[in-house]
This record gives sequence, C-alpha cells and structure tokens, in this order.
Amino acid sequence: MNNWNWIVLFLAGLASGIVSGMGMGGGAILIPVLVLVANPGQHIAQSVNLLYFIPTAVVALVIHIRNKSIDFRMAVPIIIFGLAGALAGSWIAASMDAGLLRKFFGGFLLAMSAYEMFRKGRNNGGK
Amino acid sequence: MTGQTGKNMEQDGDMGNGKVRGPVRETGRRKRPNFLLCAVIGLVTGLANGLFGSGGGTIAVPAMVHLLKAEEHRAHATAIAVILPLTVVSSVFYITKGYVDWGITIKATLGGLAGGYIGAKLLNRCPDKLLRRIFAAFMAAAGLKMIF
Repeated sequence: MNNWNWIVLFLAGLASGIVSGMGMGGGAILIPVLVLVANPGQHIAQSVNLLYFIPTAVVALVIHIRNKSIDFRMAVPIIIFGLAGALAGSWIAASMDAGLLRKFFGGFLLAMSAYEMFRKGRNNGGK
Repeated sequence: MTGQTGKNMEQDGDMGNGKVRGPVRETGRRKRPNFLLCAVIGLVTGLANGLFGSGGGTIAVPAMVHLLKAEEHRAHATAIAVILPLTVVSSVFYITKGYVDWGITIKATLGGLAGGYIGAKLLNRCPDKLLRRIFAAFMAAAGLKMIF
C-alpha cells in the first residue's frame, strides 16, 4: 500500500510536471488526481500543489532572470495587488467547507477547459 | 469660430479613436503598462491562486498577452515571477491553518521535478495540438467528476 502510494503520487507529480513544463497549468492535473485517487481532502490537495510549484518555479525564475525574459515593470504592480488577492483567496478557501471548495474547483476546471478549447480554435484561425 | 473649433475637436476625436487601441494611450511611454489593468490582473490572479491553490498562470499569461499586449514568451516568464511570491504567501496561509501533508507533498514534488524536465524537453519536439486537446478533455472530465 505504501509503495503503491509512492508510485501513484510520483506519477501524478510526473504527469503534472510534464504538462506544466510544456506551458500548461499543472495544477489542473495534480489536484484532481490527488483528490480522486489519494483523497487527502480538497484543502490538502491544493496545499500540495502550492508547495509543489515553489522549487520548480525558483529554478525557472533564475533561468528567466539570467535570460532577461522577465518584464519587471509589468510584474511589480501585478505582484503588489496579487499579494492582496492571494491573502483574500486563501482566507476564503480556508473558511470554506471542503466539499463546497471541491465543487467550486470543479467549476473552475470546466471554465479552464472551455477556455482551452476556445483558444485552440482562435489559434488555428490565426496560424 | 466656435463652429470651427467644434469641428476640429470632432476631427481630433475621430483620429484618436482610429489610432488608439483600447486603453493604451499614445504618450510616448508605451513600455509602462496600464496600472489599473495590472491591479485588476494581480487581484484576480492572486484570488484564484489562493482560492484554488492553482490557476494563477492560466489567468495571468492570457491576461498579460491580451490586455497588456505582452509577447507570449515574455508573459510566460513574467507570470512565474508573479505567481511565485503569491504562492509562497498562500502556502504559508494554508500551512498555518493546518492544511499541509508533507509526505504527499514530497512524493508529488519529486515526480514534478522529473516531469518538468521531461516537459521542457518535449516542448521543442512535440506538436502540442493533440496534447492540448487531451488536456482540455481531462479538465472537463475531472471538473464534472468533482462537481457531481
């Protein structure tokens, strides 16, 4: 059971890492897989995804800073307001029932899926 | 006189409308992004990222590309610089509320590091059309399963 757990979690991380390495949202894979397979609760699954993002993002950030690919004039004001949003969002999540949060998350996934399909159509038209 | 001025102003207005696209004004400082748009993008990105523990990049990248007219590659890089501090703040909040499981986190992260490497390599080779379609289908299926 413990080994099985290891393999499933590692594969979930792997799949989500491949997807985010290709520039798509990895959390959209990792969180549902965790919730539907390991079921640690919606809040924990989201916390795993947040922490999971940090080491990879640090490495990517260093590379992007070296390559001067980051637009700081754009990033700084977004970060300042983003921090307020992040606190508000986390507070709302923490005060929400896990079942309800899970349904909201499901709705968010559906919206992202719809956007991805819509965007695909536009790209085909453009290219 | 007044009629002429009025006519001139109207012409100026028309020319302006023809030239200026959306909220970007021709002030000669096109590099500075619109502050209000940045504020809105920041708030929405942070809110979603904190509320769902994900999705910041999915919102920030297209918002920067479409609203701030950023180049796609630059938007991806800038999004990481934006989402990292937001994620750190949200993570600390989740941890202080007791929502953390280090065992799961470490296992998934190890897989993620390997996956990120593979994904970055594949990015240059694989035509991602099919992959994106599979990704969208997966999100739709998982979303429905989580709601019902």
